[in-house]
Amino acid sequence: MGAEVLCGEESLDLEVTRAFAADLMSDVLAMVQEEGVLLITGTVVPQVVRVAEVMSMGAILFVRGKRPSAATVNYAAEVGIPLLATDKIMFEACGILYSRGLLPAKRKALPRENGPHD
Amino acid sequence: MKLAEVIERLGLEVLVPGDLERRVRWGFCSDLLSDVLAHAQEGDLWITHQRHLNVVAVAKLKGVAGVVCVRGLHPSQEVLAKARKEGVTVLASAEDAFEVAGKLYGLLSP
Amino acid sequence: MAPTTKALYKQVFPVKSDLESAGKVSTEVRRILRSLGVEPEVVRRAGIVCFEGEMNIALYTKGGRIILIVRDDRVELLFSDRGPGIADIDLVKQPGYSTAPDWARELGFGAGMGIPNMEANSDRFVMYSRVGVGTVIRATIFRRCHETCGGNRAPGT
Repeated sequence: MGAEVLCGEESLDLEVTRAFAADLMSDVLAMVQEEGVLLITGTVVPQVVRVAEVMSMGAILFVRGKRPSAATVNYAAEVGIPLLATDKIMFEACGILYSRGLLPAKRKALPRENGPHD
Repeated sequence: MKLAEVIERLGLEVLVPGDLERRVRWGFCSDLLSDVLAHAQEGDLWITHQRHLNVVAVAKLKGVAGVVCVRGLHPSQEVLAKARKEGVTVLASAEDAFEVAGKLYGLLSP
Repeated sequence: MAPTTKALYKQVFPVKSDLESAGKVSTEVRRILRSLGVEPEVVRRAGIVCFEGEMNIALYTKGGRIILIVRDDRVELLFSDRGPGIADIDLVKQPGYSTAPDWARELGFGAGMGIPNMEANSDRFVMYSRVGVGTVIRATIFRRCHETCGGNRAPGT
């Protein structure tokens, strides 16, 4: 994919078979059900790493040229979550990885949402 | 590729039909409206988890080919009514954003 | 209500009303649970419940605290805050309902899934709130031995 490694070089041999693409942390928390999933996201706040930690995710790929702060990178290195970054947009990142055989993450079924919004 | 054909090939559900004959230029995945405003292009098919009223306004403003709501999450009737009024196509898929994007990319890439 | 087993571990964590440190308590809680030998599935669910609760306190309230209580047969997480309180609890329990300001949405929060997600990952979930005062939530996750120790003793197991 030509992604830049921000931290976690030693874990690059890790096998990643599934991916989940989202910017909203609530979606990640509600949806991902297994370990070692690659999170593809454009949100760079430190909570992203905490969410990945809480959900036992394998690694994070930041898209659209977004880069997390140095403090966030350090925290990810401490807890052992490799961070990658690419300038490609999320659509292309998903497209490329999907065509290479990455599967969508298994997820919990949710009831249909038809409640009030905003 | 025409939107109608994309809909058929990806098995998308049509919640609000806008202009189904228009051409889909590329895809854009984002739940952050500021990113969509900054980077999405006219004719992109916008794949998102967001389902609130602002989505319709942004979709209209950027001239996207349509909005795909993923994971079987449908916007409220109020949002769909606004989309109908503005002529914004709203589609839905039971699949993940990653999967829909992956398949669309496969369809649109040379 | 069946008598609960005694607490093996209890800790109170203050939660500030600030995005900067939001999430720290949840990762700490997970570490503690793992070190206590709590089953991985319970740790996972507790982590999610704690994270969602912590984010809610940090994003929407004047601050509060989280209390973790670990017993033989269950993990309990209690959340309390100093306000503003929720007028309609049924509304916030609906998936998709969100009062998140735009700046929070732009950071990736406010999808309106927090409380439904907490409930979905808890075996027992109770929530009280009063406008002008604050909100209290008690989430209970049963551990594997819930059937055989503490509460309900089932013969032959």
